[in-house]
Amino acid sequence: MTDLAVDRARTPQSEASSSALSVRGLWKVFGPNAEKLVGTPDLELSRQELQAKSGHVIGVRDVSFDVAPGEVFVVMGLSGSGKSTLVRLVTRLIEPTAGTVLLGGDDLTAMGEEQLREIRRRKVSMVFQHFGLLPHRKVIDNIAFGLEVRGEDKGPRRHRAQEMVDLVGLSGYEQNYPDQLSGGMQQRVGLARALAGDPAVLMFDEPFSALDPLIRRDMQKEVIRLHHEVGKTMVFITHDLDEALKLGDRILIMRDGAIVQVGAPDEIIGAPADEYVRDFTAEVPKSHVLTLKWVMREPGSADEGAGAPALPDTTVVREAARAVLAADGPVRVVDSSGTVVGVVDDEDILRVVVVEQHGDRPGSGAS
Amino acid sequence: MTTTLEPAPAPAPRATKEEQPHTVVMPSRHTGRKLLVVLVLWLVAWATLRGKQTLALANADTTGLHEWLNEVRDRVQLLGQDNWFFHGVLGSIASVLDSFVGFLQSHLSSVTPGAYLGWLGVLALAAWVTYTLAGLRSTLLVTAVLLFLGVAGLWTDGVDTLIITVVSVLICIVIGLPLGIAMSRSHRTSALMTPVLDVMQTMPSFAYLTPIALFFGIGPACAIVLTLIYALPPLVRITEHGLRSVAANTVEAGRSLGVTKGQLLRQVQLPMAKRTIVVGINQSTMAALSMATIAALVNGPGLGKPVVAALQSLNVGAASVAGLGIVLIAIMLDRTTTAASERSAPAGQRVTAVSSPGFFRGPTVVMEKLPRWATEEGGHGEPAKRLTPGGRRLVLGLLLVPALVAAYYSTLYLQLSQFPDVSAVPLLGELTSGPLSTHINDLTTAVVDALSGLTNGFKDLVTLGMLNPLQSVMSDLPWWVMALVLLAVAYLLGGWRPTVVTAVCEAVILGTGLWYDAMVTLTMTIVATLLVMLIAVVLGVAMGRGRRTDTVIRPFLDGFQTIPAFVYLVPALALFAATRFTAIMAAVAYAVPIATKLVADGVRGVSPTSVEAARSTGITRWQMISKVQLPMAREALVLATNQGLLYVLSMVVIGGMVGGGSLGYLIVQGFVQGQLFGKGLAAGIAITALGIMLDRIARYAAARYGR
Amino acid sequence: MPRGTTRLPLIAGLAAVALGLAACGGGNIEQSGGSDTAAGGKDCGDLRIAVNPWTGYVSNAHVIGYVAKTKLGCNVTYPDVKEEVGWQGMASGSIDTIVENWGHADLTKKYITEQKTVQDAGLTGNQGIIGWYVPPWMAEKYPDITNWENLNKYADMFKTSESGGKGQLLDGDPSYVTNDEALVANLKLDYKVVTGGSEAALITSFRQAEKNKTPLLAYFYDPQWFFSEMKLVKVDLPKYTDGCDADAKKVACDYPPYALNKLIATKFAESGSPAVDLIKKFQWTNDDQNAVSEMIANQNMTPDDAAKKWVEANPDKVAAWLG
Repeated sequence: MTDLAVDRARTPQSEASSSALSVRGLWKVFGPNAEKLVGTPDLELSRQELQAKSGHVIGVRDVSFDVAPGEVFVVMGLSGSGKSTLVRLVTRLIEPTAGTVLLGGDDLTAMGEEQLREIRRRKVSMVFQHFGLLPHRKVIDNIAFGLEVRGEDKGPRRHRAQEMVDLVGLSGYEQNYPDQLSGGMQQRVGLARALAGDPAVLMFDEPFSALDPLIRRDMQKEVIRLHHEVGKTMVFITHDLDEALKLGDRILIMRDGAIVQVGAPDEIIGAPADEYVRDFTAEVPKSHVLTLKWVMREPGSADEGAGAPALPDTTVVREAARAVLAADGPVRVVDSSGTVVGVVDDEDILRVVVVEQHGDRPGSGAS
Repeated sequence: MTTTLEPAPAPAPRATKEEQPHTVVMPSRHTGRKLLVVLVLWLVAWATLRGKQTLALANADTTGLHEWLNEVRDRVQLLGQDNWFFHGVLGSIASVLDSFVGFLQSHLSSVTPGAYLGWLGVLALAAWVTYTLAGLRSTLLVTAVLLFLGVAGLWTDGVDTLIITVVSVLICIVIGLPLGIAMSRSHRTSALMTPVLDVMQTMPSFAYLTPIALFFGIGPACAIVLTLIYALPPLVRITEHGLRSVAANTVEAGRSLGVTKGQLLRQVQLPMAKRTIVVGINQSTMAALSMATIAALVNGPGLGKPVVAALQSLNVGAASVAGLGIVLIAIMLDRTTTAASERSAPAGQRVTAVSSPGFFRGPTVVMEKLPRWATEEGGHGEPAKRLTPGGRRLVLGLLLVPALVAAYYSTLYLQLSQFPDVSAVPLLGELTSGPLSTHINDLTTAVVDALSGLTNGFKDLVTLGMLNPLQSVMSDLPWWVMALVLLAVAYLLGGWRPTVVTAVCEAVILGTGLWYDAMVTLTMTIVATLLVMLIAVVLGVAMGRGRRTDTVIRPFLDGFQTIPAFVYLVPALALFAATRFTAIMAAVAYAVPIATKLVADGVRGVSPTSVEAARSTGITRWQMISKVQLPMAREALVLATNQGLLYVLSMVVIGGMVGGGSLGYLIVQGFVQGQLFGKGLAAGIAITALGIMLDRIARYAAARYGR
Repeated sequence: MPRGTTRLPLIAGLAAVALGLAACGGGNIEQSGGSDTAAGGKDCGDLRIAVNPWTGYVSNAHVIGYVAKTKLGCNVTYPDVKEEVGWQGMASGSIDTIVENWGHADLTKKYITEQKTVQDAGLTGNQGIIGWYVPPWMAEKYPDITNWENLNKYADMFKTSESGGKGQLLDGDPSYVTNDEALVANLKLDYKVVTGGSEAALITSFRQAEKNKTPLLAYFYDPQWFFSEMKLVKVDLPKYTDGCDADAKKVACDYPPYALNKLIATKFAESGSPAVDLIKKFQWTNDDQNAVSEMIANQNMTPDDAAKKWVEANPDKVAAWLG
């Protein structure tokens, strides 16, 4: 958790050129004449209206975002929000109706079949909700499949696959067939397969939703661990807010195919963009996510809280609680440059923590 | 008829659950009322316009189209003598096939001691190959079936049938697999080929037998070509279906790794669709066997010959014995290929029941795996004690030695070459065709005598109570009234797509000049299908609920499905006389097995949770059937009806031989009388149109109401 | 053709091994069915007799085949084909002869007159008689039924579920064009033509009718092996006169008698095979044919066995064909 907090402190660079992945104005409209609709006022209609009018369905509506190298970028939404479509548009498993996708500066949307295949083989790989393993191949051959299709020799690819087997903790199961493994283990195979090609970007499409909760937690830890070991840029799709908060450096919330909000976890919780997000985040244990930045207030006087050691504004409330409660009075909050940006006292902390314990419903509580 | 035609609503290509536009139009709640209105209007029209513009055509009369078809045939026939294509290409194909089959026959089926393999050699080698590919159980089956053929005096014909079937199926695979692959990859190819496959499957072979015989000569080549036409479609369709239904997420995973189309096909789709493709090959095999009797009419070698010969002298017993040979060969091939494919699947990867209901729910419905009891054990047989590959090779090598020795000696000694006559041997002698057919004849006579009073009463009841009124209402009125009724029904049940198809098919039927006959055939088809479903539901529910009932009934169903209809025509005639009803009964006998099996699978497929939940509410057995099991098996019922319908339609020609008249008779007549060839072909076209029309209406209606 | 059921005696077969090897040179596909090439006689070679699917025909074919095989040493095969396919086969060279032909004016014109690929090989001696028949018990009980003028009197008796309130005339072996619909109309009979659909349908109907003493009026033909089993009685229609059937729509007279003939492929006729002569000279009576047919159909004999039995019982007739 603390590790993630450190990651989180890194500011994503916003210029497209230095992004690992940059998406601009991406649209997906399903229907017979989707291309012709782009740029017409029809696209301003709601999903329902458009479907009634022309039989077209909007999958993804004008989405733009950037992902920094090494960042874990989570796309979150309920089913039907277009998140799975979005991740497929990025690698053109589904063809976008409009928009551009830059991967490490290369324009994927302008590529021909051949180039695109090369990108998929070397630059970006994907982990699927239902694993997508080949039932007729052994674990080791499933993992080596990507290497095989890009033409690597048997020796090196076996070697590399074995490394991946060890990395994801499947040693001893190399010779099994997928259907002899549990769901969690199958997904480890999926993970290993994605990692085997040493891609720059990893895409996860709800990889753990089919697993039961304990396994899911293990796998989440696994992803965090792997992220540290291999440091890949990751785009992670989920409908589970906990998962999003746990893994994401930044989170993109989608609804009806459009972006509702993009931000770091504490931004999402602390400043929900609208009622939808507020509802969504209502049951999150806020003390685990919110940082002091979100609970501090303006110092009443210049020296208020000077008696206690200052805390950085990125400290999570839960972790700051002990220090603040132990202090006699308010505690100062400083930003990364050491400048005092506010103070917090017992009441500010308790407001967040107590509300949680009473299980109050959204709207009645803090922030 | 093995397979139904084509998936109705083509799904949007590769749509995940989130992107699929949900535009299912739910059926209007007033459909029932609207159908009632159509019915009333129809009856009023019938009452007032009865007998006018029925487009009835006298038996010997022909239309311009029929004459034109005759002329075309004559012209092509002339070309046939020196045209580069008809004579050159087709002629060469024919002679290659003929000599290939001749080569196999001389080595396997004919009895020429001193030169070629005799029966013992064939048996030994067949057993060894079976053991290598499919295991001990199949080997025993193959041995038993081949021995029976020998004992019954059907050795040569039986092996000939095997040769023709195997060669045909191999050619089917060579042509059908690439075609299926092409269709699975391109919707356009699929759309283009589908009607062609429809026609190949629904057009009665009698209608085109003569021209085919003209180009390929009489004999093996012609038999193989006829078999190909009928046996190819199931394989192509099932291959396409299998490839298309490879789990989308696996295909997507492959694409995300950057596979080429070729890699996707070879390394993902084909291996994953292998089981389905094997089912397709099995279906092709069964279809090929069902052509055995037809092929005999153009001198195709095999068991069809004794069947046809026995029919001429109305020798039911002799026909039955030969028919039994065909049934046994069907079971043998089905079980052996299934077992072989199970064996080749990696451990932990075995799928047992191929005829799992899940399979039938796919869009391209597959006819039916032949005998369940003959396939199911396929994968169970081998316990953990499997030999190491080395040990296995050693055992096979050791076993090959006696097989080769037997093969060698069979070329030397007459008794090992020609199957010995065992008619004098006690017990075994009873299995030779003479005594066996006498027993069967006696049994048939006894059954006919005991039942004929009863059956004639039943016949009159159904004919006067159901068939005659329905036929009058459907055929005895202006053609355009009936055409409109069919369009209205198609629209109300299935929407505008089947309505368009119906309109096209109606136009085709009108064009053939056989509207009246087509309506009579349609009437009989409907009555037969109703009877089929009545029986199928009763039997199917009993089988679906009781394993033991299933075990008892299923072999009979399998037998009826594979035995040539020629075998039971004579008893049917004795029981019901030469009437339309006999034609209906012949169709019912053929269609009940498939429909029953589908219903049984559907009932069995109802989730145990639902059954348990229902039982916890304290319902009676009858309530369980009527309120839980049948409604939940609705999809299977719809499918059974559709399949039953097409099977019934495929028996129209046979029906024509036992008093069915109408299109079926015209086809038979066209086959025999040169000057009526065109009319027969036109009748064949009309049947095809009827088949496609009924199939599409049923299919779209099922898509609407089946879920 | 149940050729698989025909078995050589083992000893004869063993003897044939050597002969067979010598004769065939190993490369030939030798059909089973006992086609051992007997030594002696002129070099006959292959003889391919088309077999059309009715038993009377099978009798002709196998008697000729048996004689050709045993007396002339021909290698006889019996391709099973329907009539028209048989004509086609003669034209294309895959069939040598058809040994019982019922008319077929259109095919005669096409193959004999125009293409000249087929030749007439003379009459078989059999008279083809087509007409309406009743089972014996009816002729006994209602003697006047054999006159067409009385048919209307009995029409009620012949009603069935198929005949729509009229008497039923069961028609239809598909091989023949019948005038029955026109006859019923032109003779003003209160009958409806119902399609039986096959020979098996007609025979089974007669059997059931005789056994259960139910009325039946049906189209049938002689020679037919069934006459050895049951003496059907013909109903006399207005007498046939030349040309009375010229207009198919206005026919009101009986069917003409068919003089059945044999056909031979031109290529084969010019081959010099001794079998050509045999086929041309072959002649016998309806009773002869029905006797052989009856053995095949009712006594469960193989066609070859039946032929052998008849040939051995009628040496003088056979001698005349070979003379």
